[in-house]
Amino acid sequence: MHNDLLNYLPYKSSFRFVDNILAIDENGVTGNYTLRPDAFFYEDHFVGNPVTPGVIITEIMAQIGLVVLGIFFIQKELKSENEQVIPLLTSTDVSFFKMVLPGQKVTVISKKEYFRFGKLKCYVEMHNEDKELIARGMFAGIIKKLV
Amino acid sequence: MDRQVILDELKKVLSPYMVNKEALNSITDETDLIKDLKINSANLVDIIIDAENKYDIEIDMDSAEKIHNVGSCIDVILEKMKEKS
Repeated sequence: MHNDLLNYLPYKSSFRFVDNILAIDENGVTGNYTLRPDAFFYEDHFVGNPVTPGVIITEIMAQIGLVVLGIFFIQKELKSENEQVIPLLTSTDVSFFKMVLPGQKVTVISKKEYFRFGKLKCYVEMHNEDKELIARGMFAGIIKKLV
Repeated sequence: MDRQVILDELKKVLSPYMVNKEALNSITDETDLIKDLKINSANLVDIIIDAENKYDIEIDMDSAEKIHNVGSCIDVILEKMKEKS
């Protein structure tokens, strides 16, 4: 486990979508997240029929696949966990294959395409507990350090 | 390799990152990649990597920072090709 990296994530409570980092190295990262049945979006999406919104699936893939890996790359430059980083998504291109329902655990697997000039680009897949593909896509972003 | 040849090849490199492809017909050295061609600034990294692969060169941070318009892009490619040969 590499969960010490999670202390650097700038998200709190209702918008933090990473539970565990299962594996991480310079080529990629694997992590998981369990959708909380009481998450704020289920009440309205959809009324009486809660389904995880595509934007939240995209966000989970971006937080594990890009932000966690990006922090791993710049961790040495960060003086402490108090030094805040702001990750900015620059592009996504995602295809969805299966729905995600409240309480489901999803695993995100990200493979680095490149990390250059401060931009990280990764091919990211999300699987369910049966290892079926939920979504896949190309993600890119940059991380800004707040001085 | 002269500038015109590189310009023609550069148009093919830029095209996938543009929505209005017609803007390519009127580009000059002064055409700004972000303002005029409406290329997402983060895609400049992709364009640099595409150019590196096409010409088998390596563009470092200092050279990358010089790239703003079509002319400076061609300058950097020519400079790196000269360094290689």
